[in-house]
Amino acid sequence: MSCIEQMKYDLLLERISFKEAREYIEKNSDEVYYVNPGYRIFKDYYVIGIPPVAIGAKGDDLIFTYVKPCHGTFVMKIRSPEEIEHLRENERKKVMESLKKNGKPEDATKAPAASYQDMWKK
Amino acid sequence: MDKPGTALLVMGCPEVPTQTSVVLYLANKLNKAGIDVTVAGTDAALKLTKVADPEGFYIKKTDDVDETIAQMAEKKLDFDLVFAFMHSDAGVVYAATITALSHAKVFALVFGKNAETLAEAIDFPAEKVVAKATHNPTPLKNKLDKVLQQQVIA
Repeated sequence: MSCIEQMKYDLLLERISFKEAREYIEKNSDEVYYVNPGYRIFKDYYVIGIPPVAIGAKGDDLIFTYVKPCHGTFVMKIRSPEEIEHLRENERKKVMESLKKNGKPEDATKAPAASYQDMWKK
Repeated sequence: MDKPGTALLVMGCPEVPTQTSVVLYLANKLNKAGIDVTVAGTDAALKLTKVADPEGFYIKKTDDVDETIAQMAEKKLDFDLVFAFMHSDAGVVYAATITALSHAKVFALVFGKNAETLAEAIDFPAEKVVAKATHNPTPLKNKLDKVLQQQVIA
């Protein structure tokens, strides 16, 4: 069991499809970041999802998907300024890397870091 | 493709009976081909296989599916082949996650009453094996046999 289930969380949506969860996060967050599956949040939760996986920030709340094989996808909210700062820091690193590479930043906030198909072109 | 040495069988929710039966069948086939098999699933899915195979004759290694994903995300674990079983949206999401984390050749085994619709939603790189099998595992087994013969155990 992930540590998330022992934390204080709010369930925003329950037993929905992953697509519906992503759309909800995109529409209901102040900031949206896109991460790869396996991105770690909190102590030991490795995000499960169809890439690119949206994680939202609203105030100090992190809004993210939580998937259980027998119950579908949930959208959860946990207060965590630390995790939000971690996402922002990751984004800054991505921008710096793209600046070094291309000479101009890739604005990944509010837009997928890559298209769905691009995620598979490793 | 070089001869595969390892395979991961990823089980979804065990509510559709076909899954446990085909997992045991596939593990046996891969064992006989000399492939080291690990089966990952939820606690309930793993218990179903353990009760059916109490001495571990077919399934020798098991792991919790979320722990398997954690190990793969940390790049401590990978496989040559992945067979992901799915009959629901959550199953597709787990398969997409493992596909993104692995270098393995992935086979998406899609079954259950909505198999065809679900299969259409899969657009990550996986070989789809689709059968509208819920209680009777034979349609899925027959399609899997063909794929194994052509691509794995030639």
